[in-house]
Amino acid sequence: MNSARERAIRIGAPLVVGALFLFAWEMFVVVRHIAPYVLPKPTAIWEQTLKFFGDIWESFLYSGGNTLAGLLIGALLGVALAIVASRTPFVEQLLSPMAAAVAAMPIVALAPVFNTMFTSTSTTPRRLIVIIVVFFPMFINTVRGLRQVDPIHNELMTSYAATGWQLTRAVRLPGALPFICSGLRISSSLAVIAAVVAEYFGGTQNGLGSRITSAAANTAYARAWGYVVASVVLGLLFYLAALLFERIVMPWQRTAAL
Amino acid sequence: MTTAATADRAATAAPAVSVRQVSKTFSGRKGQAVTALQDVDLEVAPGEFVSLIGPSGCGKSTLLRVIANLLEPTAGSVEVFGKAADQARRDQDYGIAFQQAGLLPWRTVSANIELPLELHGVGKAKRRARALELLEMVGLADFADHRPDQLSGGMQQRVAIARSLAESPQLLLMDEPFGALDEMTREYMQVELVRICRETGAAVVFVTHSIPESVYLSDRVVVMSPRPGRITEVIDIGLGDRTESLREADTFFTRVTEVREALRGPHAAAQALGVEAR
Amino acid sequence: MSVRTQQRPKVSSDEPDVVKVGRTIAAGARLRPIAMSLLAIAIVIVVWELYKVVGPEDGGEYFGMRLLPRADDVSMPHIWSIFERYWQPDVDVAGGSTVAVAVLQGMAFSLGVAGLGWLIGVVVGLGLAILMQRFRTAESGLLPYVVLSQTVPLVALAPLVVGWGGQLKFFGRPWEPWMSVAMISAYLAFFPVAVGVLRGLQSPAATQVELMRAYAASWWKTLVRLRLPASVPYLLPSLRLAAAAAIIGAIVAEISTGTKGGIGRLIIDYAQAATGDPPKPYTAILGAAVLGLVASALVGFIELALRRYRPVEARG
Repeated sequence: MNSARERAIRIGAPLVVGALFLFAWEMFVVVRHIAPYVLPKPTAIWEQTLKFFGDIWESFLYSGGNTLAGLLIGALLGVALAIVASRTPFVEQLLSPMAAAVAAMPIVALAPVFNTMFTSTSTTPRRLIVIIVVFFPMFINTVRGLRQVDPIHNELMTSYAATGWQLTRAVRLPGALPFICSGLRISSSLAVIAAVVAEYFGGTQNGLGSRITSAAANTAYARAWGYVVASVVLGLLFYLAALLFERIVMPWQRTAAL
Repeated sequence: MTTAATADRAATAAPAVSVRQVSKTFSGRKGQAVTALQDVDLEVAPGEFVSLIGPSGCGKSTLLRVIANLLEPTAGSVEVFGKAADQARRDQDYGIAFQQAGLLPWRTVSANIELPLELHGVGKAKRRARALELLEMVGLADFADHRPDQLSGGMQQRVAIARSLAESPQLLLMDEPFGALDEMTREYMQVELVRICRETGAAVVFVTHSIPESVYLSDRVVVMSPRPGRITEVIDIGLGDRTESLREADTFFTRVTEVREALRGPHAAAQALGVEAR
Repeated sequence: MSVRTQQRPKVSSDEPDVVKVGRTIAAGARLRPIAMSLLAIAIVIVVWELYKVVGPEDGGEYFGMRLLPRADDVSMPHIWSIFERYWQPDVDVAGGSTVAVAVLQGMAFSLGVAGLGWLIGVVVGLGLAILMQRFRTAESGLLPYVVLSQTVPLVALAPLVVGWGGQLKFFGRPWEPWMSVAMISAYLAFFPVAVGVLRGLQSPAATQVELMRAYAASWWKTLVRLRLPASVPYLLPSLRLAAAAAIIGAIVAEISTGTKGGIGRLIIDYAQAATGDPPKPYTAILGAAVLGLVASALVGFIELALRRYRPVEARG
């Protein structure tokens, strides 16, 4: 009965929480005289962000490009291999335990050796990290989705004497879309984090991660926070893009944002 | 493909379904075998409506799936229009509908009906025309471009029936297609089904839990009993025209009683408890 | 016509293919996954060594991109040389401890810090979940930020947390660098718990909740008797995810804060020695990978312990 009020709470509450948080942060820094190298004021960060907008934008594009390339390649590979695995049990049994193990491992730790293997000045090491980070959740989710076939759809396709590939294309793959989409949602965030963190391990200095480290090293803390804000925006952008993708490819299903 | 099938059907005038000495055993969890069907014989004439009724576990759904070649019988032979069951399946000689509509949620109503045609290489314009024709028949012409989740349960089931008719089969296999519907929708759907069968001339094998439903729809009711699943009695209904008033007729109730007693039969009354008494 | 007669998916009504496959594996051999894992590792080793034979020494650049790794011994040392390296001294001093000892010490340190972070993360996550279940407004206000916190690379903050070292007091004690590491670790760990447990607390069916209401049970009683037991199946995978996240958080935080003593720092230190000592960084990286598995296995023990208390109904 109170749907209008409920919507107001749903949209309003996060905004109020956010505003309160920023205000409390500002007040905390001002009242307690917190030194900028511990925690700069939100207003100071905003100022720096505007001042260095050109640099920030450039590194935003660089890290964003790595994320996008890695995400696309990793996701396509994950889905493609999951399709292969769903039709060849041997591949599935080979890759699934591996995927479970890799999920527990810190992939970014590979950055230094990738840097030597592929030359630290190229973008390949960073993109490769993103690809690996994205590949496994995509693979695991897609395999799970391809497995979940409504028995009735299975019988129906058998009654149509459908081929294995027809079953995959008409039933399994569309049926796996919710799983693929949630994999993509998880991966999109992981991809941004991986792309930024991979830059902490050396290499060219033009991404958000490298800029955060170098600004912090130069005690330009408010500016470093500006780059952090940019990476926050990048993360949000990819997350929203994943949500949008979900809406576009699955118009028959309105899933919650979670 | 379908026209070829119709041609050789006419030539041989074989029965729509011919099940001979079919047995089916499933291997159970701890190695012990479960006999779902034992020595079942059944013949369905072209255009005939046959219901399979019996308590849970009597093998009626298994029998339907053996006819559809979704299950391979352990022993015996199954022929559909004089062909081996798996050949009939590959030639799309039957249409099938289940208790759940089983529509693909990502396809529109029309695209769901087109699915079998699409899988078998029918051109786009042709299959769209066929889908619209069938939607007209089940009274859903206005819903061609809706998604399944926008339809009620009864409407979804009508789409499923339309889909089973897509390749103009002369045999319909239906596994409790109205089982999940409320009583009012159910009776309405029964009337619709009778009309569709009259229009298409298709034979039907219809699995149901409901005694009145089987009596109202069928030319013959096949009564089955469990452990092991087998046919215990076949009752000729012969009620003639299916009208709404038939449901109130004395002859109708006589047949209902007949089926009910056949279900109780000489077997333990407890076994019949699985049957709805409506 | 010919297309149709090709391989067709033959499925029985009550046993889809997948179930059958699953059952034969369970019945056939529990050892199968282990054997397949070993096979996967063997394949990786073979591919690695094979590439060293056929791959270009200086890598390959195609379409303006580095696509092939360098196959020389500096970039890709032989697998056996990595394992040999474990038993050689860490630094070239007579009587010094081996790399294996150094890596194990690093793993233990990181495991300890990540364990603390995990614990904090689990407690905070549980608290947030219960808070969000209790108050709808809290859910509306907080949940977007909980989700947001993970979609944004707040780990990017790690280098800035360095500034905290020595500047803050923590209950009278100086703020130590490893505390920053534990905090970042906790930050990554709380999310799966908060979201998983919230879903678990909300999982009881409406009829079950209505039943409790009919008994006039208080919110607290409903929580203890219904919602918490129902959330156990959701909690267990969350704990595992949180463990993996805590390890990653600890390693990344060590690297970016420059905290000494952990496996993350070893990775960086050893990477710097790579030109003269190529197998060395791999020893630390393998250590980090094993650490991830160890953490996951430790949580597995918690699962075993909790499984006994797992109510049967909650699974249904």
